[in-house]
Amino acid sequence: MAVIFQGVGAAAALASSPSNSFDSNKSVFAPRRSFSVRKGASFAVVRSDGTVNLNPKDRRAQLLISNAVATKADSAAASSSSKPGHELLLFEALLEGLEEEMERDPHVCVMGEDVGHYGGSYKVTKGLAKKFGDLRVLDTPIAENSFTGMGIGAAMTGLRPVVEGMNMGFLLLAFNQISNNCGMLHYTSGGQFTIPIVIRGPGGVGRQLGAEHSQRLESYFQSIPGIQMVACSTPYNAKGLMKAAIRSENPVILFEHVLLYNLKERIPDEDYICNLEEAEMVRPGEHVTILTYSRMRYHVMQAAKTLVNKGYDPEVIDIRSLKPFDLFTIGNSVKKTHRVLIVEECMRTGGIGASLTAAITENFNDYLDAPIMCLSSQDVPTPYAGTLEEVTVVQPAQIVTAVEQLCQ
Amino acid sequence: MGRMGFSPKHACLTDEKDPNRQKITNLTSCLLVSCQLNLHCEVRPPFSSKFPLPFFPSLPIGTKATKMSTAFSAANFSTQSFPLNHTSTTSHDSPLVFAKPTSQFLRSTRKLRLSSSSKLNLNRRSGTVVAVSDVVKQKKSKSTPTLLITKEEGLELYEDMVLGRAFEDMCAQMYYRGKMFGFVHLYNGQEAVSTGFIKLLKQQDSVVSTYRDHVHALSKGVPARAVMSELFGKTTGCCRGQGGSMHMFSREHNLLGGFAFIGEGIPVATGAAFTSKYKREVLKEADCDHVTLAFFGDGTCNNGQFFECLNMAALWKLPIVFVVENNLWAIGMSHLRSTSDPQIYKKGPAFGMPGIHVDGMDVLKVREVAKEAIGRARRGEGPTLVECETYRFRGHSLADPDELRDPAEKAHYAARDPITALKKYLTENNLASDAELKAIDKKIDEVVEDAVEFADESPVPPRSQLLENVFADPKGFGIGPDGRYRCEDPKFTEGTAHV
Repeated sequence: MAVIFQGVGAAAALASSPSNSFDSNKSVFAPRRSFSVRKGASFAVVRSDGTVNLNPKDRRAQLLISNAVATKADSAAASSSSKPGHELLLFEALLEGLEEEMERDPHVCVMGEDVGHYGGSYKVTKGLAKKFGDLRVLDTPIAENSFTGMGIGAAMTGLRPVVEGMNMGFLLLAFNQISNNCGMLHYTSGGQFTIPIVIRGPGGVGRQLGAEHSQRLESYFQSIPGIQMVACSTPYNAKGLMKAAIRSENPVILFEHVLLYNLKERIPDEDYICNLEEAEMVRPGEHVTILTYSRMRYHVMQAAKTLVNKGYDPEVIDIRSLKPFDLFTIGNSVKKTHRVLIVEECMRTGGIGASLTAAITENFNDYLDAPIMCLSSQDVPTPYAGTLEEVTVVQPAQIVTAVEQLCQ
Repeated sequence: MGRMGFSPKHACLTDEKDPNRQKITNLTSCLLVSCQLNLHCEVRPPFSSKFPLPFFPSLPIGTKATKMSTAFSAANFSTQSFPLNHTSTTSHDSPLVFAKPTSQFLRSTRKLRLSSSSKLNLNRRSGTVVAVSDVVKQKKSKSTPTLLITKEEGLELYEDMVLGRAFEDMCAQMYYRGKMFGFVHLYNGQEAVSTGFIKLLKQQDSVVSTYRDHVHALSKGVPARAVMSELFGKTTGCCRGQGGSMHMFSREHNLLGGFAFIGEGIPVATGAAFTSKYKREVLKEADCDHVTLAFFGDGTCNNGQFFECLNMAALWKLPIVFVVENNLWAIGMSHLRSTSDPQIYKKGPAFGMPGIHVDGMDVLKVREVAKEAIGRARRGEGPTLVECETYRFRGHSLADPDELRDPAEKAHYAARDPITALKKYLTENNLASDAELKAIDKKIDEVVEDAVEFADESPVPPRSQLLENVFADPKGFGIGPDGRYRCEDPKFTEGTAHV
């Protein structure tokens, strides 16, 4: 990303413009290919085996390092001083994006449980209450339905709230407001009221958090008309999507993942956003298109290493926009490789993968050499036991097997 | 109950000129106390499951509570004993005295009221609240009753209520003629609440309603033409025909809906009030004192969203008034059969806000209560819960045969028709002549006829409207396989695009 970002050098050929840094308001319909190309692994804390290490000691160590780096762009730390941009963890990227938008527009406010004085359960709103005050960073009582509705009412009357669900699963309690009001109100009012709200929070399967804290709400929300859903997976796109979501006039649900908050990456110093409707090309390839999002991206990249060693050339796309799908990026890839594997964390039934399978079949059936394969989580409540939890979600080995099967 | 610890005519709560009166230092404590007083001093006979008796007018003035409850104890209850037996629960109080609401509107003579209120003075435990009647007694001469409204105000209220009634009657006609469909919920009988509250608002104040929202829209200023067109599903409707009867919205008049699920609008109203506070405190728009009114029914008061929002509004002192239109029935479910403690106004103090009960069939009483509640909100003193006892003359919706309600109950409330009552008040107090009122009736009839004509002649929405307004930013439909945004597709504007 830093390579493209500087706008000079060979990598500029891959991007039509320094596309991620423009103000989307200026160009209404953005260049289609505003993606980041990664030639090699550039994530500092994703280990060579692709797992994200959540050992508490490690995490603290990472935090210390990141703090040292993130506070000053031109820190004297060994590897970072020569490169532009600054290194930070994903939750800090979200925090940075949020803070920048709050500074830019005084109508942006945050609401949620423990977002203020506590700084957020995952530290995404750390320090904001001290800086912006208790009304702009509102600690709400535990009443998801009502404070989400309150956010919607505030959005209708001129504010731009960012509502946090402490865990996405808690937003099940807010389903009434999200479906009926957030999604539909712009339409039923004949376009009179806009709802520029952002609803965000961590979801997905964590480390033995139990069934109720391990839900994937993207599959439940995807049918709601009138909302957009995006999932972030790297610090770069976390900040970019957060900012784009806040600036969007549509209600946007931003899905974060519990296990990705401590990913470290170097991101640009300049202001940039990530287009809400576009997918991200993670690794171009020729043999098979692997579509994924959020945490599964890392399982896929881990599998990709194995696959490359075995001689395969997978194209990995992080779809990022869960609703609507970026059928252009996806379609171009399908037209190139003719084989599709979807790797997702949703349940088998009615998940994002199911919808994506349908969308690709409808639009690109003629280009497929094999039926679309979709690897999803098992249709079970996520068990507590570590061994069982591991088999509930898709593991890299399964991805390798699936690709081998597809490419026969 | 309309009785409050201050004069209905004077917004100012303290009165230096009256040495006999203890100053009311704080409206909150006053209202809280009056709420407690409501418990102690107001007669609330045990509810009959069949026929909840009225709290007001037809009861003899000055009757003691004990008498009242025995009179009704023979009533037929099919469920467990109701929690409203004042004689036993409030034994630590002095004997209950029935204190009448102070509005002159439906009262008989002042003399009887004065005697009861002096008893009230002795029996009151807290000295900070003075019955309105006392103030009135001390301030005004006995010969001329104090008028609550001027002629202009009276005519405005009358016209608004007649508009509401005529419009709803026309809706019923149009529905049965097949001009509108779906669920239509009419407001006949409840006009006093809408008029009493909304006519006190500025344009920038917000109103949030339920599915029974036609009259709230009309009171707030949405033209009758726009509402009727919306009901007919025409593109000239206030929501372009996309909302319908249960989703009336108007940005211009700050009507934030129109919600089909009960309780759904209360958090939205809380959000609008939050914006008002935010504008004042964060954005430093110092003169922003916009108030939000949330209207909802008795059934909603058992819903979680109601309680959650009472908590948040009181916690942050949001400028909102929660108006309960208690018409005693949620479709076919009697309020008494579904609520452990049917006295909704009591739930306000549980959350730290005043709870007031008022006769919702009396537009002047409602207006007086509304003035204080809205004033409180504007001054930044926080929310108020106002329970309006009212009644709907028709069924829950036009599809409801309305067979469950006791005809005697319906007759009782029909006799308290708010429009008839206001008419009587205006003519008896020489604020308006019969001819003037008839002229208003005629004018409204013409307005409603015109609205129907306009709606009839308006075009239906074309297919191209289907995909409009789904997103404020239509890029939300995404990027199609050809690389263009779907909203750039020419078929999109025809409504036939595949999205």
